[in-house]
Order: sequence, then C-alpha cells, then structure tokens
Amino acid sequence: MKAGWALSVLLLFGCAGRVERGVEQIEFWGLGREGEVVAALIPEFERQNPGIRVALQQIPWIAAHEKLLTAYAGDATPDLAQMGNTWIPEFVAVRGLADLTPFAQSSRTIDGHDDFPGIWATNVVDGVLYGIPWYVDTRVLFYRSDVLAAVGYPQGPRTWSQWLDAMTRIQREHRCRFGILMPTNEFEPIEVLAMSNGSSFLDASGTHGAFEEPPFRDAFGFYVGMFHSGFAPVVSNTQVANLYQQFAQGEFAMHITGPWNVGEFKRRLPPEMEGRWATAPLPARDASQPTGISMAGGSSLVVFRASRHKEAARKLIEFLSVSARQVRFFELTGDLPARRSAWLAPALARDPYFPAFREQLERVQPFPKVPEWEQIATSIFQHGEAAVRRASTPAEALADLDRTANDILAKRRWVLARAEAKR
Amino acid sequence: MKAEARAAALFLAPALAVLGLFFFLPVVAGFALSLTDFDLYALGDLHNVRFIALHNYAAVLKSGIFWTALGNTLYFALVGGPLTVAVSLGAALLVNAKAARFKPLFRTVYFAPVVTTLVAVAIVFRFLYHPRFGAINRTLVSLGLPAIDWLGDPRWAMPAIILLAVWKNFGYNMIIFLAGLQTIPDELYEAARIDGAGVWRQFRHVTLPMLGPTFLFVGIVTAIGYLQLFPEPYVMTYGGPLNKTLSAVMLMYQEGFRWWRMGYAAAVAFLLCLVIAAATALQMRFQERR
Repeated sequence: MKAGWALSVLLLFGCAGRVERGVEQIEFWGLGREGEVVAALIPEFERQNPGIRVALQQIPWIAAHEKLLTAYAGDATPDLAQMGNTWIPEFVAVRGLADLTPFAQSSRTIDGHDDFPGIWATNVVDGVLYGIPWYVDTRVLFYRSDVLAAVGYPQGPRTWSQWLDAMTRIQREHRCRFGILMPTNEFEPIEVLAMSNGSSFLDASGTHGAFEEPPFRDAFGFYVGMFHSGFAPVVSNTQVANLYQQFAQGEFAMHITGPWNVGEFKRRLPPEMEGRWATAPLPARDASQPTGISMAGGSSLVVFRASRHKEAARKLIEFLSVSARQVRFFELTGDLPARRSAWLAPALARDPYFPAFREQLERVQPFPKVPEWEQIATSIFQHGEAAVRRASTPAEALADLDRTANDILAKRRWVLARAEAKR
Repeated sequence: MKAEARAAALFLAPALAVLGLFFFLPVVAGFALSLTDFDLYALGDLHNVRFIALHNYAAVLKSGIFWTALGNTLYFALVGGPLTVAVSLGAALLVNAKAARFKPLFRTVYFAPVVTTLVAVAIVFRFLYHPRFGAINRTLVSLGLPAIDWLGDPRWAMPAIILLAVWKNFGYNMIIFLAGLQTIPDELYEAARIDGAGVWRQFRHVTLPMLGPTFLFVGIVTAIGYLQLFPEPYVMTYGGPLNKTLSAVMLMYQEGFRWWRMGYAAAVAFLLCLVIAAATALQMRFQERR
C-alpha cells in the first residue's frame, strides 16, 4: 500500500513535470478495426494541440470487455477509451467513468442536438452523461425488391400486417422458399420486434422482467408465429452456409441485419442482383407510427474517473466528433456516423442503401441500462429458440423467462434496496 | 536430537513460507471467495459482498453451460490424454530402438514443441487449419477427400484442438518414457529372447510391465494438465463454435474476468479441482489393482 502511495506521488510529480514542459500524454484505447484506423486521425490532432501526445493502444474486440474491467480492478485504466455503448451501465455500476455532463454543456461541438436521441440516451444513466457517441449501429430490413414488388410492396412492408401479407403471398406464389430469414441464435430480431411493440423488457426500475406483459408477449407471439406459419426457416446462423448466395437464389426474401452487410451485399451478391435488393426501416406495429423501433448500437468515447488528463481527453473526443472527421471515419471504416450533420455527406446521402439506416436511427431505443442486460439478452434468445422449436409453449417460455430475469436481477434489487435504506 | 529437529525446521522454513504464502493462502482465499457473491457490484463497492454459503456451487451444478464445459473437458482429456501417451510411448520406443540413428537429434526435435510458445504455435496451426489455404485441407483435397472447416465446424473444432495439444505435448512424456525404458535391464530382454519371445511379446511382457510406474506418473500428470485445458481454445477458438471447445477453465475465466462473477468462478474452480482429484484417485486405484 505504501509503495502504491509512493508510486502515485511519483506519477503525480512525473506528470506535473511533463505538463510544465508543455507536453501532456494521454492514453487512448481503441477497439478492433476502429482502434487501428483512428491512428490515421491522431497526427492531425497532435498538430492542432502541440501540448498533447496521444498514446494509442489497440485492443481486439473479443478481449476488450475483460481488459477494460481488469484495468479498472487494477487501477490501470486509460484516460479515455472506445466502449460498446451497451457496456456503459456496467462501468457506471463499478463507478469507473467520469461524468461528461458539464463537458457537453460547455462544448461547442458536442451538445446532443446533432446526435440521434436514442443513441445519445444509451450514454445517459440515471440522468448523468457518461459517453459521447462515436459511431452508431442498428438493424433494418434487407429485402429482395424484385420479389417484394411482385407481391405489391416495392418499398418494402411498412406495417406488421403488410409484412405478414407480403410473406403469405411470397410463399403462396412460390416467389421465394421462405419469406424471411431470422437465425434462431440471434437475439436482435426478437428485441427489435418487442421494442417496436412498445416493450421495455424490464419494469420501470429495471429490477424485474416484464416479459409476460402484453407488449413483449404479443411481439414474442408474432416472432414465434413467423416460424410456425413456415414463413421463416428454423435455422441458427451457423447452419446458414452462404447467406449471400441463398439470398440471390431466392431461398428467402427478407433479412433483419446491420450496416456492415451493405458492403458485404454489394461485394458478394452476383452482378445480376444489382438493383434487385434494397433496405427499408423496420415495419411499424401499425399505421399510426412511421417505422418500427430498432436497437441503438454502436460505440461511444468515455473518459475514466481515475484519469488525470480529463481536459486533454475531452479535447480528443471533441476532435473526433467534428462532423467532417466523422465522415472521414466512415470512409475509413464503413461505420455509420453518430452526428446527423455528417449524414449530409454525398457518400451516405446519395447511396441507395444507407438512407434507410438514417431514417431508422431517428427511431432507435436503448436496451435496459442494467449491468445484467447481456445475460438477460442471452436468455431471451434461448427462450425464443425453445418456443420456436416447440420445446415449450410461448406462455411457458415467457413465464420461465421472467423467472430467469428475476433471478439474474436479484443482486441488483438488493443493492438498490440497500442504497435506498442508507438514504 | 532436538537440535537436529530445529535445524530441519530452519531449513524447511523458507520453502514452507513460500508455499504458505503463494499456495495455501490463495487456496483458502479462493475458497472463501467461492462462498460469497463477489461480482461487478462488489468491484464498485466492497460493501456489496454477501456471504451466501454453498449457493454458488448449487448454481454452477444447475447451469447447463457448466456441464457442457465439463463434457468438453472430459472429451478432450479422454481422447487427447491416451492419444498423447500412446504417441509419446511410440516416439520413445523409436528413439530408444537399437537401429535408430541420430538419437540426440530426434530427441531434440520431438521435444522442441514442448518448449515453444503456445501463441506462436497457435498462429502456425491456424494457418495449417485454414479451410481453403491451409496445408491440411490442401492435402485432403488433393487426395480427393472433402475439405474440413477445422475450427469453424462444431464437430471438428475439438478434434483440431486435440491434434494441436498432442503435437505440442507428446515430447515431454516421451522424455519420461525414455528414462523409464533405459532403466529396464537388458538381461530381461535376453531371457525373453532365449525363451523364444518375439518383438511383440517382448514389448507386451517385458517393456509394458516394467514401465508400470512410469505409466502411472505420465497418466496422472497428463490427466491433470489436460483437465485444465485453457490456452489452446483461448487462442484458437475462444470456446466456440457453439461452445464446443469451451473448457471448464475457459468457463471459469469467462465468468470471472469477462462478467466479473468472481464468487461463481471460484466455485467452478473448486468443482474442477474435485474432478481432477477424483480422476487421479481413480488412476491410482487402477494401477494398484494391476
């Protein structure tokens, strides 16, 4: 312990010394491909801020979560990091992140008005802002426009009833073998259907499951029904040998997937498929809503509480958030920009496939902001799969899902009750 | 006499102190941890730790994933273990054979994988296992056999890991077998030959019985090592595809360091320890009876 103090004092003086000489070093952890590509933007930042040096560390996605948590446990967090926005509640629960609310209030670049509200909300836990959206991710409907046009929906189905009608006709008229592909081991389809139907998954305090409540129950019934009516094949994504080939050959007409597949579809579909596929926002529950509601994914930039260079770290966040730089980052990575103004760039606005994402991003919603969410999400798709494969009825699956979620949340209830009692 | 005992204690003290500090203390602390619900909330605030007795153990035993991981681990140990021992013995016999030349060279070559870093080995094996460009699949295809997606196919991922482990580990056991072989007196073979025993019967009735204790040692050490399977799947498959290469230690690592459920992970560790103890006891019993 004493050694620890001595070391901190040394570090303190060490850093202070550096500041005096006018050079401050900040440590930045980037994840996966983004962590590699961002290196191309750093030299310009260092030119603009001669007093700051950025030490960039690239961490593979697969190891990122444990690396960040271990770093926190070992008092070795960087100054700032890229973080999947669904992880933020966990790092808030361990009190690892710095409050960015005052920063956003005073910054001229970042104020939240240029961001998509649903994405921004993933960074706010109990009213406090902990992250600044860097790039975004969501799910939309990819479809064979030739097939959908033949059954009367050239723009794709807009509501659930149109959706069902389209699938029924596709199969009755033998236009594709299946209406839609939703691999049973992916949880996104169930989640976006539930959110579109107004479900928040958990109760308002985030301490109990709300899976037997009508919004989730009905969406779950709709999901399971698509399999039981034969509109969707009962396969997991490891059984799909070549998605692109099957899509081109008419195995299925629709698929719910994300932005990376725009590039993949362009590259991998045979040339004769050009102009015969399109993207559309998710269908709405009914005609009273413009579109369905999708997930608010992507990465944010966060500053760690233990950082001694918060000011410099915030400068880097500001630098990376400038609209033009977000466009540049999109060109380098294919990641969709978080700022609405960046979407005016021709590469995005004139592309035939990205505008559906732009429209969808206005209607995205964060998952429940509890640290246990990932565990709960895993059991959602497991229970979905059980109902789809008729191992249990939807009602049984949902009752069990609520029980499982309540078990997982037991510790959270206890922690919250204790905090309440102390107050 | 007393002075002697005191001297002995003095000489033992450093070793015992190190063992106590770095072995017994962590084991006791780990066991204590397994009786608590140390998790993410506790990482944020130590007051969020509760004593929950054997609840973690019950939860582990009830969870399907633990049994999946244990099943995978046993698959690895039961297939990979005997295979490693057999290959090691074969290599030892070859290197020890009277007709063999360049013995030191072969001994070194076979032992080299043991001292090579696993991460480097894993990178090379990933190339070898590549579904399209890997040397293994190219050979298969040129022989007219279908290509195998070694690390991506749920049925083949574990065999691929086993192959890697056997290749990496047989050299160590080979050295021990070699030592065992060299302690067998030549007279025994001479006597057997005079009695008219051929090569096979010499092996069956002289070599194998004389290697009994070596077998026991090699078997136990290999079993203990293989039941703790971790680095191979960690660097090659990360437990996938479909959890088919998820080992018990891998599960413990994921629960502990990925989700930070330390209490739960500690319980997995102690249950695995029981499995290893049982496997060792079983081998000792088996050997005694023979």
